[in-house]
Amino acid sequence: MAETAFAPWDDPDQKPLIRFRNVTKRFGDFTAIDDLTLDIFEQEFFALLGPSGCGKTTMMRMLAGFESPTSGIIELAGSDIARVPPNKRAVNMMFQSYALFPHLSIWDNIAFGLRRESSDKAAIAARVEEMLKLTRLEKFARRKPHQISGGQRQRVALARSLAKAPKLLLLDEPLGALDAKLREATQFELMDIQEKTGTTFVIVTHDQEEAMTVASRIAVMDEGRVMQVSTPDRIYEVPDSVYVADFIGDVNIISGRITTAGGVYGLGFADGQPTVHAASDKPFAQGQQAHLAVRPEKVAIHTEKPDGVDNLLEGKVLDIAYLGNLSTYHVELSGGQVIKAQTANTRRLSRRSITWEDPVWVSWTKTAGVLLDK
Amino acid sequence: MRRAVLIAVPYVWLLALFLVPFAVVFKISLSDIALAIPPYTPTAKDGIWNMLRGLDFENFVFLTEDDLYWKAYLSSLQIALISTVLTLCVGYPMAYAMARAPEQWRATLLMLVILPFWTSFLIRVYAWVGILSGEGFLNQFLLWIGVISTPLTILNTNTAVYIGIVYTYLPFMILPIYSALDRLDGSLIEAAEDLGCSRMKAFWLITIPLSRNGIIAGCFLVFIPALGEFVIPSLLGGSGTLMIGKVLFEEFFSNRDWPVASAVAVILLLILIIPIVLFQRNEQRQAEAGK
Repeated sequence: MAETAFAPWDDPDQKPLIRFRNVTKRFGDFTAIDDLTLDIFEQEFFALLGPSGCGKTTMMRMLAGFESPTSGIIELAGSDIARVPPNKRAVNMMFQSYALFPHLSIWDNIAFGLRRESSDKAAIAARVEEMLKLTRLEKFARRKPHQISGGQRQRVALARSLAKAPKLLLLDEPLGALDAKLREATQFELMDIQEKTGTTFVIVTHDQEEAMTVASRIAVMDEGRVMQVSTPDRIYEVPDSVYVADFIGDVNIISGRITTAGGVYGLGFADGQPTVHAASDKPFAQGQQAHLAVRPEKVAIHTEKPDGVDNLLEGKVLDIAYLGNLSTYHVELSGGQVIKAQTANTRRLSRRSITWEDPVWVSWTKTAGVLLDK
Repeated sequence: MRRAVLIAVPYVWLLALFLVPFAVVFKISLSDIALAIPPYTPTAKDGIWNMLRGLDFENFVFLTEDDLYWKAYLSSLQIALISTVLTLCVGYPMAYAMARAPEQWRATLLMLVILPFWTSFLIRVYAWVGILSGEGFLNQFLLWIGVISTPLTILNTNTAVYIGIVYTYLPFMILPIYSALDRLDGSLIEAAEDLGCSRMKAFWLITIPLSRNGIIAGCFLVFIPALGEFVIPSLLGGSGTLMIGKVLFEEFFSNRDWPVASAVAVILLLILIIPIVLFQRNEQRQAEAGK
């Protein structure tokens, strides 16, 4: 599996399906997209992830044709699409509100796009039936959108946008209106459908778990710029900025100056605290400002001082966040900094040995964290 | 108990203000003309039994014999129908533009549509006499810019009646259509375009069907009062303008033939019941769809 993994972005011979070339979009004084360059490859499930107002929806609307870039070029399959109106693009969009036509039945909603380009009744009917089957909606074909549930509406919207077999499907916060359980199930369904149809999906979301679950690659955006584009595991394990590390999941950021350089770096972060150590391929200079990002689950918590660990800090338990399967301990160091350590609750709550105000030690290895310069 | 009272209030209201007057009018329509006060016979003074015995359908038979009446009904229907279509043609674009206007302007635009109601309806129709007459503003303006060399005869023709009805009933057309268009989700149009519709096609396939209820409501609100309209045809229309409202007025006040006038009114009401029932059904369906 690892050898044949789907990774066209690592292959220099692959031509991207979508290329953003120095795209800028302004609305009056407001810059929504700032000089953005990005490639998206065929059959990718690409996630645009960021807080609201970061420009991800604007990017999607430019792909759909509802907005045109102020400057720069957007290419789809090698040709500039700036002048192509939305109804002439081989791109379909699934709207956040689903935008189902309330006066048409589910069947007619799915057939809507097909009827615009063909008058072959039999072919349209066959395609609609295929879409209904794909999204398991056969029973609801004759109903109107207001007569079905939210999850079913979501599937109708998906079926309708897939019916024309677009080269590219855009999904704008597709699962935002669903409750947590249904959302999770639908994420897997989406991945399944994406795999079956081989369509390139671009999904906009502010939910990092959703992006991590479904996407082949994630672009983390902030204020109109792409902060990092990578696979979910690399975004999580090797973020290249504090912003990305902080946006995805929970993280401890220890900021300080490099005290010892070369291979394994020492980072002095506060008076009275021991230097912490981290391995890094990226070179850092003596005295340089740096940040160490360590995920809480990579930090171990001990009631007795352990031996032979790379990094060890002493503190007391400030807070315990009990999440059922996991517990996160907030450990306050003597200088006031808080380090989060996470452990799996393999034992019952009553047998747990650590409680509030307990003096504890936290430790992690030198390869557990990532050293960042910004 | 409280529910019964709550339900009783509107029914008592309807009974007192609609059914009782209608019963009176219906009774008069079955009477005969008389030189008396009131100008018909028999009345309750003759005793209830005698009064009931004296009633007959003579006046309704008379209405079918004189072709003035059915011509007036037909002509009223025609004028009401044409003015409704014209009002729709003028009102729809206005309602559409209002619904598409920037959010902060909409309240002002809505206000402007309602503004004419602040002046008496009669005065506004009189104002049109001044605009449309031979020496009126319209003719003077057209002569001044040189489009015409002799004044146009607009006043006292059916054209003036159409102008008057469209002007007067425009707000009744605009408001329900505006409210339907205002509720329309803009992403539906985008979705239609995304699925391959041109702007025009999206308007035709999405905007029009989704504002259908507003269109129907607006058309009825214009058609129903226009059918019985009296003031506009009598002020702006000419001798050739035949409308049932005018006939009704003449029977009552010029001929003092209350029984025939009442018969005309009863028939008019029966004609109006059809569109009113259709209108009610549309409203009901709309309410059900909204659930």
